[in-house]
Amino acid sequence: MSFAFNEKSNELANNALAKYPNDRKQSAVMPFLDIAQRQNDNWLSQDCIEYVANQLEMPFIKVWEVVTFYTMYNTQPVGKNFVQVCTTTPCWLRGSEHVVRACKEIISENPKNVSADNLFSWMEVECLGACVNAPMIQINDDFYEDLNYETTKNILLSLIDGKPLQVGSQIGRQGSKGVSDAK
Amino acid sequence: MLSNKDKIFTNLYGQESFGLKMAYARGDWDNTKALMSKGADWIIDEVKNSQLRGRGGAGFPTGLKWSFMPRDPEKNNYLIVNADESEPGTCKDRDMIRNDPQKLIEGCLLGSFAMQAHKCYIYIRGEYYNESVVLEKAIAEAYEAGLIGKNACNSGWDLDVYVHRGAGAYICGEETALLESLEGKKGQPRMKPPFPANKGLYGSPTTVNNVETIAVIPTILRRGASWFSSFGREKNTGTKVFCISGHVNNPCNVEEEMSIPLKDLIEKHAGGVIGGWDNLKAIIPGGSSVPMLPKHICDDVLMDFDSLSAVKSGLGTAAVIVMDQSTDLVKAIARIAYFYKHESCGQCTPCREGTGWMWRILEKIAVGNSSSAEIDKLLDVTKQIEGHTICALGDAAAWPIQGLFRHFRDEIEERLKKGSFAA
Amino acid sequence: MKKIKIDNAEIEVEDHLTIMQACEEAGKEIPRFCYHDKLSVAGNCRMCLVEVEGAPKPVASCAMPVNEGMSIRTNTEKVKKAREGVMEFLLINHPLDCPVCDQAGECDLQDQTVAYGSGRSRFDENKRSVKEKHMGPLIKTYMTRCIHCTRCIRFADEVAGVNQIGALNRGENMEISTYLEKTIDSELSANVIDLCPVGALTSKPYQFEARPWELKKTETIDVMDAVGSNIRVDTYGWKVKRVLPRLNEDINEEWISDKTRYACDGLLTQRLDEPYIKKDNKLSVVDWTNALSETTKYLMEYSPDEIAFLSGDLCDLETLYLYKKLSVALNISNVECRQEGCNIPFTHRSQYSFNTKIADIEKSDCILIIGSNVRQEAPIINARIRKHKLATNLPIGVIGANLDLTYEYKHLSEDLNALLSLLDGSNDFVEKLLNAKNPMMIVGNSILNRKDSLTIFSIIEELIFKFNFLHNDWNGFNVLQIAAARTGALDLGLYKQNGSLEKIYRAVEDNQIKLIIALGADEINFDRVKGAKVIYIGTHGDKGANCADVILPSAAYTEKDGIYINTEGRLQYAFKASFPPGNAKEDWKIINEIGNRLGLNWNIVDLANIRSMLKKDFANLFNFDSSSYIQYERLLANKASNLNLCTSNIDYLIKDFYLTNVIARSSKTMAECSQARNELSE
Ligand SMILES: Cc1cc2nc3c(=O)[nH]c(=O)nc-3n(C[C@H](O)[C@H](O)[C@H](O)COP(=O)(O)O)c2cc1C
Ligand code: SF4
Ligand code: FES
Repeated sequence: MSFAFNEKSNELANNALAKYPNDRKQSAVMPFLDIAQRQNDNWLSQDCIEYVANQLEMPFIKVWEVVTFYTMYNTQPVGKNFVQVCTTTPCWLRGSEHVVRACKEIISENPKNVSADNLFSWMEVECLGACVNAPMIQINDDFYEDLNYETTKNILLSLIDGKPLQVGSQIGRQGSKGVSDAK
Repeated sequence: MLSNKDKIFTNLYGQESFGLKMAYARGDWDNTKALMSKGADWIIDEVKNSQLRGRGGAGFPTGLKWSFMPRDPEKNNYLIVNADESEPGTCKDRDMIRNDPQKLIEGCLLGSFAMQAHKCYIYIRGEYYNESVVLEKAIAEAYEAGLIGKNACNSGWDLDVYVHRGAGAYICGEETALLESLEGKKGQPRMKPPFPANKGLYGSPTTVNNVETIAVIPTILRRGASWFSSFGREKNTGTKVFCISGHVNNPCNVEEEMSIPLKDLIEKHAGGVIGGWDNLKAIIPGGSSVPMLPKHICDDVLMDFDSLSAVKSGLGTAAVIVMDQSTDLVKAIARIAYFYKHESCGQCTPCREGTGWMWRILEKIAVGNSSSAEIDKLLDVTKQIEGHTICALGDAAAWPIQGLFRHFRDEIEERLKKGSFAA
Repeated sequence: MKKIKIDNAEIEVEDHLTIMQACEEAGKEIPRFCYHDKLSVAGNCRMCLVEVEGAPKPVASCAMPVNEGMSIRTNTEKVKKAREGVMEFLLINHPLDCPVCDQAGECDLQDQTVAYGSGRSRFDENKRSVKEKHMGPLIKTYMTRCIHCTRCIRFADEVAGVNQIGALNRGENMEISTYLEKTIDSELSANVIDLCPVGALTSKPYQFEARPWELKKTETIDVMDAVGSNIRVDTYGWKVKRVLPRLNEDINEEWISDKTRYACDGLLTQRLDEPYIKKDNKLSVVDWTNALSETTKYLMEYSPDEIAFLSGDLCDLETLYLYKKLSVALNISNVECRQEGCNIPFTHRSQYSFNTKIADIEKSDCILIIGSNVRQEAPIINARIRKHKLATNLPIGVIGANLDLTYEYKHLSEDLNALLSLLDGSNDFVEKLLNAKNPMMIVGNSILNRKDSLTIFSIIEELIFKFNFLHNDWNGFNVLQIAAARTGALDLGLYKQNGSLEKIYRAVEDNQIKLIIALGADEINFDRVKGAKVIYIGTHGDKGANCADVILPSAAYTEKDGIYINTEGRLQYAFKASFPPGNAKEDWKIINEIGNRLGLNWNIVDLANIRSMLKKDFANLFNFDSSSYIQYERLLANKASNLNLCTSNIDYLIKDFYLTNVIARSSKTMAECSQARNELSE
C-alpha cells in the first residue's frame, strides 16, 4: 500500500482520535478521511480508504459506505482549485446561473472536468449555508460571497494569474450585515 | 425594533474580534460559577420559564427537553450541539460560531451542567471549515482560561468540549443521523423509540440542541427568564436571529424580537422587497422545509412558531426566502425538490423513491409538459411520503410542494393551458 | 403482560413484544419486507405501518414496542393507503421483469403487490437501472430489482459475522455492493439469497434452472457436516436442482452453509452407476451378481483377522447397523469409522457428542474452544456461538491457532500445553471459568488423533471436573463431530476399543490385514492400504474407487431414506428425493445381499425391518431428549501420570471447507468457491 499519513497528518490524526472514547475509534473515520484527503491532493484513492480502515480497525466496506455517503469526499481527482458553486434556491434567486456561466467559460464547459493544467475543476453543489450572501462559491476551504458574473470571473482569473484574493464578500460588506447598514 | 441593549449576539457581524478578551468585554463568562452554583434544577427551571423553544427547526420547548435527561451519575450523558446548519436559506449559526463563539461555549458548559454531561460535541457542517478553525481556537482559549475542562470556572464540574466536522450531508442535521455520523457511520436517522435522551450517542443519554438554542442560554440565565420572555408572545418568546435572503434589497442576518411582523422584518432590516412590497410574489418564511406563503398572507403574518403554523407554514429555522414577481415559483420549488432528492439518505422507501419522483414531475411542469392530472398525482405522492418516513426529511420534501399548489395551483394550471411555461 | 387492543379486540401480550409481533399473535398479518425475525430491526421499508390511536402518524409496527392500553388498527383506510403508497414507491424503479426472474413464484414483492398494491402504476418517468455487482460464484445479482431492505447487509454483519456487504451512495442512488465487488468470504454467504425478498440476489448455480412450481420438494436432512441441518431438496425429474434450509430453531434456525446448499451439483458428476471388478489391473463393468459373488469370495477367502471394515462419513444409520451386524456375524473385530484417526477408546456417548446441544449454547456463560475451527467444522454452530456472543458478550477462550472465527475471543495459546495452565490455575482465563455458572467446552477432532491424544483427553477430563462444566442441569462438555455418520457409527460401536485407523494401516503394512471393506470410506489414506484388496462401496469415482478391486455403487444421501444422528446425538430421518443413478443401489440393500449370500438369514425385506431391529438393539438412540442433558461418564479413572504434551501446532482436519467429502469434491460449484477463497487470501 502506497498511502500512509505523513508527520503532519499523523499529528492531526492523533488529535482527532483523542476526541473520542478509546473504544470508539470508528468515530474518527470522518476526521481521518478528511486528513487523508488533504494529504492526497484533495481526493481519496483506494489506498487512502484502506489505510484509514486499517488505522481504525474498520471493515473496508464500512469506510467505503461513509466515503460514498458524504459529498465532501472526492473519489476522483479534482483541480488544485476545487470550485463549488451553490445553485440551491436562495443562490438561484440571486443569479447563481451567472456564476455557473463564468465557471463554464473560464474552467470547462462540463463540470467535474479537471483542467489540463490541473489548476481547476468545478461543480454545482447544494446550499453551502451562506444564503444571505448569495450567490456564492466555495474554493477549497474558502467562501466567496455576494458574487455576480464579473466578480466570479475576476476571482478565477486571479487564481490563474496567482494574484491575491479577498475571501468572503466581494462587495465589501461585513459578514452577513445588510449593505445599507454597512454604509 | 429590538434595541441594541437587548441583543444577545452583539458581535453577530464580526465587528470585533471573536477572541476571549473581547468576549469578556461583551459580557461572556461573567461569573458563570455563580449561575452554576444555583444548581442544575434552577437552570432547567429558568430555561423552562423563559419559554425558549429550540432554534433548530422543530421548536420544541428546551427546558422540557432538558428535563427528560436522566440524572444518573453512572451514565455518560452527552450534550451535542447541532451546528450542521444545512437548511437552504439558513446561515445564522455560522455567524454565531465565527463571531461570537464564547457564547456557544459558555452555553455548552451551562447546558451540560444542567443535564449532568461531562462531554459535549459540537457537530459542525464540513463546509464551514474556517468557522471550525475559529471554534477550535475559541475552545482552546476557553480551556486555557480554565473556563472549561477540569473544574470548569472553578465550579467543580468537569467538561470537555470537542468539535466534530461533518462532510457534506444535510441529513446529518437530523439529530439521530447526527449521532450515527458522530459514531463513524453513514448519517442515516435512527428509529424512535428509543429517544436520544434514553439511548443517544454511544448508547448513552444524549440531548441535541441547535447552536442558537445553546448560545442564548448564558444570557437568559444572566438577565433572567422574564427578560427573555418579555419579547414576543406567549410560548413564542425571546429574541431570534433571522436570515433574510432572496429578492430583497439588503439581504442580511439580523437579531430581532420574536413575533415581529414579517413585513416589518423585511422592510426594516432587509431594505424591503426589490421593487417594493407590491412586487412581492411569495415568501418561504422558515427555510426550505416550510411551505411558502403568498403575498396577502405575508402582509400581516407574525414571525413566530404559532402564527406561522396557523397559516399552514412554520417558523422552521427562521430563514426568510423572499421571491418577487419575477420568480418562476415552479422552478424555485423544483430546485428545492432537487435538493431533497440529493440529500435523502436513501434508507426508507417513501423518501428514497418519492423525492426523485416529485422532482421529476415538477421539472416537467416547469417546462410546461404537464397537466392538472399530473398535479393531482404529484400531490398524492407528497401525501404518500408525508408522515410515512423514518425522519422528517420526507415531510420537509413534501411540504414545500404542497405549499406551492395550495396557493398557486390556479395560476400554474392557467399557465399550463396557455403554454407560457414553454422553456 | 400488557393489555392492548388490536382492531378493537382486546388481547394480552408479553411485555417485550413489538406491535408487529403482537398483531401476529392476534392472527393479524402485517406485510413487511425489511423485517426478519433473525435480524436486527431496520424499519426502513415502511410496509408494516399501522395506526395507533393517539399517534399523529402511522407507526412502523416492526420497530414499535407495545404499550399498556395501546389501541392498534391494522385495517383502516389510512393503513391501506399507506401500504399502497409504499408498494407503488417500491415498484416505480423496479424492472417488473418477473417473466425472466428466478424469484418469480416465491417473491415477496410479487405476492404483496397482489395483496396490498393498488393495481395501477402512475410512474411515467424513466426507471433507474443499476449495474450488476459481482459477489462471488454463488450469488447472482440483479441490482435494479433491489428494494434496499438491507437484509443482506444485516445478515452479513450480524449472523455471518463478515462485514463485507454495504449500501453505497445515498438517496435514490443507494446501491448494495461488496467492497470493490469482491466475493463474500463466508461459509454462510448464500443465505442472503433466501433473505432477499425480491430477485436482486439470486442463486448463480441455479440460474434459470427451473421454476419453483415445477419442482418436487422433499424435506430431509443434510450430511455435509455433523450438524444435521434441516433442508428441503428440490428435484426436477430425478435431478436435484437445489437445496434450501428448513426452519429448525434447535439446530440450524433458518440458515444452511454454502456447502450444504451447493455441493448438490456434485451428485450429478463422477457417479458410480455400475458395479466394477478389477481384472488384470483394469476395472471393468460387471453385473451385480458378479460383483457380489466376487465380494463374498474375498470375504470367505480371508480369515476374520485379515479383514478390516471401514465406514465413512456420509453413511446412513441403518446401513451402518447392518454393517456392524455383518462384522459381528463374520467375527471381524477390525472395524473403524474414525477416518481421521481418532484413537480415544470411548466407552460412552457423552465422551464424543455435543452434550450441551446447539440451542443451549445460548444458555452458556463462558466457552472454551480447544482445537476446533468451529467456523469450518460447523458453520451453523459457529453462527450460534456468534449470536450468543453478540447478545451477551460472554467470555470465549481459544486454545489452538488464532483463527478468524467471526467473533472476538481470548486467544489463550497456540499450544495445547495451555491446558495445563488452566489446570494449575496459572492461566488468567481460569477466573472466567470459575465465575461461570454454565461454562461449556468444545473439543475438536483435530486433537483426538494425535499420539498424545489420550493424555490430552485425560487433562480435559480433569478440567471438566475441576470447573463447573458438569452439574445437575448442565453438561458443558462437547466434542464437535465433523462427519454426519460419526455419532451414529460410534453409538453402534463401529470402532475397536484400543484400536485406530493407524493400527489398521500398520496391520496392512505388516501384511496382517489383507482385505479392506470401505463402506463410503472416502477420506482414508488409500496409499497406506495398497497392500490389501479393497472392496469399495460408495457413490463417486473418487480416491476409493481408484484403488478398489471391487466397486459396489451405492446411493447418495438424497437418493435414499435414512437415519442420521447429528453431533448432539439427535436422531433425524432423511427422505429420498431422487434415485440412485444407473444400477447403483441403496446401501442397505448391498450389505443385506452380502449377508444373504453369506447365509446370514436376517430376513430383511425393507428398511422398516432394519429400523425395528435397530430399535430393539439400540433403543437409546431413539430417546434423544432435547430438554435434558445426558450424564457424563468418565472415560479415564485417573489422570494420566505423564502429562507431557507435544508442542507441535494443531493440524486442523479441514484443509478446504469446500472440499471435505466426495460429493463436494465432485461439485463444480464447490471448486469455484474454493478457488475464489484462494484468490481472496492471495
Ligand atoms: C432533515 C433534517 C435536518 C435538520 N437539520 C438541522 C440543522 O442543520 N441544525 C439544527 O440545529 N437542527 C436540524 N434539524 C433539527 C434537529 O433534528 C433537532 O430537532 C434540533 O437540532 C434540536 O435542537 P433544538 O431543540 O435546539 O431546536 C434537522 C432536522 C431534520 C429532520
Ligand atoms: S421496516 Fe418497514 S417493512 Fe420492514 S418491518 Fe418495518 S415497517 Fe415493516
Ligand atoms: S442557497 Fe446558496 S448558500 Fe444557501
